[in-house]
Amino acid sequence: MIDELLRPFDFEFFRNGLLVATIAGALCGAIGVYVVLKGMSYIGHGLSHAIFGGFAASALLGVNFLLGAGAWGIASALMVNTVTRRRVIGSDAAIGVITTASFALGLVLFALFGRQGTNFDAALFGSILGVGTDDVLAILFVSLLAGALIFFRYRALLFTTFDPEVADVAGVNTARIDAMLTVVLACSILATMQVLGVTLIAAVLVIPAAIARMLTNSFARMLQLAAGLGAVCGFVGMNLSYHLDIQSGPAIVLVAATVFAIVFVATGITGRRRAAGLVAAAGRS
Amino acid sequence: MTQPLVELADVTYGYGAEAVLEHIDIAVGAGEFVGIVGPSGAGKTTALRVIAGSVQPANGRVERRAGLRMAYVPQVETINWSFPVTVRECVLMARVGGARKLPWASRAERTEVMEVLARLDIDELADRHIRELSGGQQQRVFIARALLGEPDLLLMDEPTSGVDVRLRHELLHLLDDLHARGLAIVLTTHDLNGIAAHLPRVVCLNRTVIGDGVPAEVLTEDVLERTYGASMEVLIHGGMPVVVDNFRHHAPHGPAHEHAHAHDHAHAHEHDHAHPHPHETQARA
Repeated sequence: MIDELLRPFDFEFFRNGLLVATIAGALCGAIGVYVVLKGMSYIGHGLSHAIFGGFAASALLGVNFLLGAGAWGIASALMVNTVTRRRVIGSDAAIGVITTASFALGLVLFALFGRQGTNFDAALFGSILGVGTDDVLAILFVSLLAGALIFFRYRALLFTTFDPEVADVAGVNTARIDAMLTVVLACSILATMQVLGVTLIAAVLVIPAAIARMLTNSFARMLQLAAGLGAVCGFVGMNLSYHLDIQSGPAIVLVAATVFAIVFVATGITGRRRAAGLVAAAGRS
Repeated sequence: MTQPLVELADVTYGYGAEAVLEHIDIAVGAGEFVGIVGPSGAGKTTALRVIAGSVQPANGRVERRAGLRMAYVPQVETINWSFPVTVRECVLMARVGGARKLPWASRAERTEVMEVLARLDIDELADRHIRELSGGQQQRVFIARALLGEPDLLLMDEPTSGVDVRLRHELLHLLDDLHARGLAIVLTTHDLNGIAAHLPRVVCLNRTVIGDGVPAEVLTEDVLERTYGASMEVLIHGGMPVVVDNFRHHAPHGPAHEHAHAHDHAHAHEHDHAHPHPHETQARA
């Protein structure tokens, strides 16, 4: 039994995939707290689709995927941020317009020029088969970047997320904080896409944060819990993916959804009332 | 007056083509306590935002004393009460601009937070979630956050919105105490009798400044009619103006209304603008 459980660790691709999934889970869990509390849960879904456009373009042009799709994703994220801050249209509409257009472009490029050198399904649903050392290094780099942002700008991030107008009066450059968070989010999605796939990244941003919210009323604890839960879901999901021979993205998301259901039932009305605030936050965006 | 803390000179501000503030002149000196009154949509909150610097006027000049420290207490309706922050975490946000960048509070910061909470008599609530407090306690948390920033000027947007008479009295006493210690305060309010009439200075605003001075001089029938576009009767009670809504005078004519109209006149005549009927005073108090 133990031998069977440990067998996948003999394979380098699995070790890489497991490492990426676990780190990505923690990373997305932590970033997801800000995304969810700002009522921008949809941005994870949108940006992953936007990056898919860059993914298709860089694959077809033979440009390095991380650079090509990364630049594309960051540009899309900053566009969403700029449009949202102008308050002419809501963040959900801005995300809808910009990111779906980018996704559509990716689909058109694939349709016109085929799937040269790129696994279309892997991009959409995630696969551990293609996870290499580059991916491990990329996720480590992005995690360090996100960790540094959260650690050194913790107070400004919290104030901006909770009360941007008062934070502005208190001297916080909320535009810069929002832009930094958006860039880190785009980088996180980019580095996670190989394992989770375009269609499922939003889940690892939202679910751990939602579970953590049901468990605590403290922001600091919510951040720690979401990161921890994300890492556990990534680790368990990746192992299940191997043993059940299913794609890694769906496996990780289903583990997270199962934990959500358990916590939802276990915390009862208290947890649901806390999580209801996330709906309220989404409504204000 | 010595150099004001903030001076708005000929300030005009609009959302799109529509002007919300037109040619505003307001100067706030050190240690002043000013109430801005006016109907909904008169530009009270916008004026406060211009003073705070969170919006820039289209025309005119805003001058702030060098090194001025301001704190802003938003309307309670705009607060996300489901956001996962404890009282302690919320108040600590005021320390965002300090030299310390680490996420957790230093021992000195923790002491300062507890001191300001004790000063407002809410120190026992430090670890409670902000939603678990009464309306008055919630208001005190945000005043505590403002005070922790050691401001010279406290800006409050509708601090008594939705609070009952007892809480309003508590708040007024608290603000009076802070003012007596030298803090300059500017607040917006709908409450003419409960708040504005008790302040040393009132600004009547409806897109432009219609009256500015001590309540006895500003809360007159003429100024109020020009501010609110509705007829109001002003009685003097204990040396203070008491504003009585004259809505019955504008009611459609009919037997019942004619009776009410006559009754109202009888009361006004009976009290000769000096001793209002207890019900009238209480209804607006």
